[in-house]
Amino acid sequence: MSELHKRTLTELAAGLRARKFSSVEVVRAFLGRIESRQGTLNAFVSVTSGQALAEAAGADRALASGGGGALTGVPIAHKDLFCTRGVRTSCGSRMLDNFVSPYDATVVARLKAAGAISLGKTNMDEFAMGSSNENSYYGPVRNPWNVQLVPGGSSGGSAAAVAARLVPGATGTDTGGSIRQPAALCGITGIKPTYGRVSRFGMVAFASSLDQGGVLTVSAADAALMLREMAGFDPNDSTSVEAPVPDYVAALDAPLAGLKVGLLKEFFDKGLEAGNERRIREALQVFEKLGAQLREVSLPNLPLSVPTYYVVAPAEASSNLARFDGVRYGYRCKEPRDLLDLYQRSRGEGFGAEVKRRIMTGTYVLSAGYYDAYYLRAQKVRQLITDDFRRAFAEVDVLMGPMTPTAAFAIGAKTDDPIAMYLNDIYTIGANLAGVPAMSVPCGFVAGLPVGLQIVGPHFGEARLLNVAHRYQLETDWHTRVPQGYA
Amino acid sequence: MSAWETVIGLEIHAQLATRSKIFSGSATAYGAPPNAQANLVDLGYPGVLPVLNAEAVRMAVKLGLAINARIARSSVFARKNYFYPDLPKGYQISQYELPIVAEGAVDIVLDDGALKRIGITRAHLEEDAGKSLHEGLPGVTGIDLNRAGTPLVEIVSEPHLRSAKEAVAYMKKVHTLVRYLEICDGNMQEGSFRCDANVSVRRAGAQKLGTRAEIKNLNSFRFVERAINYEVSRQIDILESGGQVVQETRLYDPDKGETRPMRSKEEANDYRYFPDPDLLPLVLSDAFIEEVRTTLPELPDQKAARFASGYGLSPYDAGVLTASRELAAYYEEVVRELEGEPKLAANWVMGELAAALNRENLEVGSGRLPAARLAGLLERIADQTISGKIAKEVFEAMWSGGRSADEVIDAQGLRQITDSSAIERVIDEVMGKNPAQLADYRAGKDKLFGFFVGQVMKATGGKANPAQLNELLKKKLGG
Amino acid sequence: MYDFALVFSLHHAHRRTLAMALTREQIAGIAALARLNLTPAEIPVYQESLSKILDFVGALQRARTEGVTPMSHPLPGLSQRLRPDVVTEQDRHEEHQRNAPQVAAGLYLVPKVIE
Repeated sequence: MSELHKRTLTELAAGLRARKFSSVEVVRAFLGRIESRQGTLNAFVSVTSGQALAEAAGADRALASGGGGALTGVPIAHKDLFCTRGVRTSCGSRMLDNFVSPYDATVVARLKAAGAISLGKTNMDEFAMGSSNENSYYGPVRNPWNVQLVPGGSSGGSAAAVAARLVPGATGTDTGGSIRQPAALCGITGIKPTYGRVSRFGMVAFASSLDQGGVLTVSAADAALMLREMAGFDPNDSTSVEAPVPDYVAALDAPLAGLKVGLLKEFFDKGLEAGNERRIREALQVFEKLGAQLREVSLPNLPLSVPTYYVVAPAEASSNLARFDGVRYGYRCKEPRDLLDLYQRSRGEGFGAEVKRRIMTGTYVLSAGYYDAYYLRAQKVRQLITDDFRRAFAEVDVLMGPMTPTAAFAIGAKTDDPIAMYLNDIYTIGANLAGVPAMSVPCGFVAGLPVGLQIVGPHFGEARLLNVAHRYQLETDWHTRVPQGYA
Repeated sequence: MSAWETVIGLEIHAQLATRSKIFSGSATAYGAPPNAQANLVDLGYPGVLPVLNAEAVRMAVKLGLAINARIARSSVFARKNYFYPDLPKGYQISQYELPIVAEGAVDIVLDDGALKRIGITRAHLEEDAGKSLHEGLPGVTGIDLNRAGTPLVEIVSEPHLRSAKEAVAYMKKVHTLVRYLEICDGNMQEGSFRCDANVSVRRAGAQKLGTRAEIKNLNSFRFVERAINYEVSRQIDILESGGQVVQETRLYDPDKGETRPMRSKEEANDYRYFPDPDLLPLVLSDAFIEEVRTTLPELPDQKAARFASGYGLSPYDAGVLTASRELAAYYEEVVRELEGEPKLAANWVMGELAAALNRENLEVGSGRLPAARLAGLLERIADQTISGKIAKEVFEAMWSGGRSADEVIDAQGLRQITDSSAIERVIDEVMGKNPAQLADYRAGKDKLFGFFVGQVMKATGGKANPAQLNELLKKKLGG
Repeated sequence: MYDFALVFSLHHAHRRTLAMALTREQIAGIAALARLNLTPAEIPVYQESLSKILDFVGALQRARTEGVTPMSHPLPGLSQRLRPDVVTEQDRHEEHQRNAPQVAAGLYLVPKVIE
């Protein structure tokens, strides 16, 4: 049974149901891999082996009696931003290093109800602020394709874990590309659903109007299965949408003939590395072969998405992170002199440099005298960008373009230059601002490093996105490639 | 005529009488053990989200309709950002640019009986903060978040109030209104109804407003009056001695009877309001608003007008009797039981009953003296079984003994003597015992009439019908 | 209208004079408002990076936004759902306070606050 980790999440679910192997065997296999690779990759913050094995035994009993849900016995991992009852939920921060959540996030509860077994919590950029996973209190995550390189961020632990086959699927969150960008840099599949599709309850907020939970998996089919189980209306989240969740798995095989694909003109502009561009163009040829019609589409306001995002996201973050004050939970500084000292040192010592930078940026842009020039203006530009997407989707079914300007970069290469780091998100942020679903699909390699194709759909177009990605993955095998040493 | 004009605006905070909190399913009951009613949402735990309570919205709309305000078809919740230990999230969810209620008014009655209209700029929904407890904890402050997330409606008046008295009249009016609407229990001691007062003074006739001070957290009508009066004279003293009033937040100290600057509000506030991304715009349909309108009770002003015209009461009496819905209902029940005599009922409800309730700090709804019982007493006055004076004794006996009027009257033999021959017999006796006085009276000493009245009353134990006695005595004494 | 070249060029804004250079005092003021204690060594770091960020996001000033409604939520046309007024929660303060740094008698404790 040493080859269990080579199976996809879909294959594992089916094999468990057919009782070809037991959940205990599957869970043991993946826990073993986590144990042996954690030292190298640092993909996990917490591993909950005991709990996972106990749940696996329970899953086996359920399966033996013909019970269980769509994911019964299947191991997964959660980004450490999702609250997990009885398990530390750190958000990659010293601030929450000692925080044990008394409740499960809706996403966690739903996947649990579907039978999935969590093996642990994955490492991440602190409070999801980062594009390289270097901003974690628990140290950087390493890219399994080359451990000198970043895995991307902020869901870098989830991406590295899935790429290294330490777990067949993991949850992530995407505020400005935090699922798609690490998925691309680690050579796996990742989807950020429509804003409101997946409950944010229990997902520690970074920027509430942009945050959306999603999944990182090996294939689009796996993503369809996992997302189907975790998506849907949640009465605890006022921004969750009351609309039925289609069966994403059932929709995977629809043919692509006549699919209208818009090529994002602005994304093929200066800044995109030639190697990356070649891989994207090759992928587009595959779609043409499948019967898709390609045409260029312009979203003229899209280049303003990065500055818009770096006003809106820090503004919301500065407020969302005000609750971390050392009073009710989390880090408290030693021997505070008075209340002000308690606040300032608890927050000053509990938060890392990038989090503090964004809190200050957000505080500034919301403050009296600057609100109109920054925040209000950014909200207007956000509207313009959203209108651009709406116009585009009146003409095409999906948009395609690169996921990242370059492949993975070296750890430490951009840590001193926040703007250079922010520009990693140049192709990803538009979808967050407009709230539309987007995914990253492996489409080849440049100098041995994976490259991702981005596919963007209209609101609630997840089924179509997954279908488009799945048909591509039936024609290509990029998503099945495993980094050397992890096969 | 003072050289200074006072300008006051009030921000009244009324806790809405919902069962659960505005954004969570925690109970709102007063007096629970510390933090027993603070759930993860109220505590601002990581990852939690607010969901709006329908009843809080309904209550705010009810208020808006009652003050003839504009009900916003779309209103927005915003975050007011500041750090304070009783504010768990580091921001208060409130409404800023687009409140649910705007541009309303209430009328108050001035001393001279004239009506004055006080504009209400806006009323918005927001969440209450928790409580900081300082006493009995050496060197530390304890935080109880049971109150955090209790729904509030903040009612902001225009600066139309010109004296502490007007401010109190306005606050009482709003207090009456929210209780009529059953949207707030009005309990000021428990903090369910409290206000911040914005106070400034300017030279009489000046157009520009003076610099204001905001006095926080006034939780009794008396404190409102005293705090404003103190603040007004403090500001006048400053201005008259050539100084300048500083715009600041102040706290009223009831023990010292003074206001002082609030330490915790010393630094300039920059609340960084922005729309709360966790909540969507609150959209209300016309149908919803009209449905709420059908639940409006008869409002205090309407009721007072009906009392005045229907029962022939003075506007003052009508105002007093409609000050609370319970009092008005009690009064009307008395009148209904009595089948008439609305003025007699008004005098007794506002007189003996109010005094007795006051004395024992009871509410009219306490059930101590049901309306039917009081009506039973008034009926005996009306049918002349007892005199008004005896009735007061009977009332006291009823109040303390829990018996009906008839039981008291019979037990104590207080039935009024209306039998003319019986009264005449007593008059004859008295005349016989006091021949000298009788002679004097008949010689023209009219003042002695009172003496004879007193003697007869004494002899009958006060039970003789006064009118009859008067008449018969005149006849008999005249010979 | 705009292109990414422009955005990338903004990245090099620090090579010219920053339009938006924040002073040490401004950084200290922002940090105070955000209740963040900064060490003396951190101040110049944030001074430089925040100035760059503000210069970078200054690109928004070039957008044509006349008559555009600000967008605070990505799903247009949706409105706030209402929850029935029902008490669903029980007393769990002991469990909640296991995460608390300092409690006594059910209260969260902080250094003495003077109002």
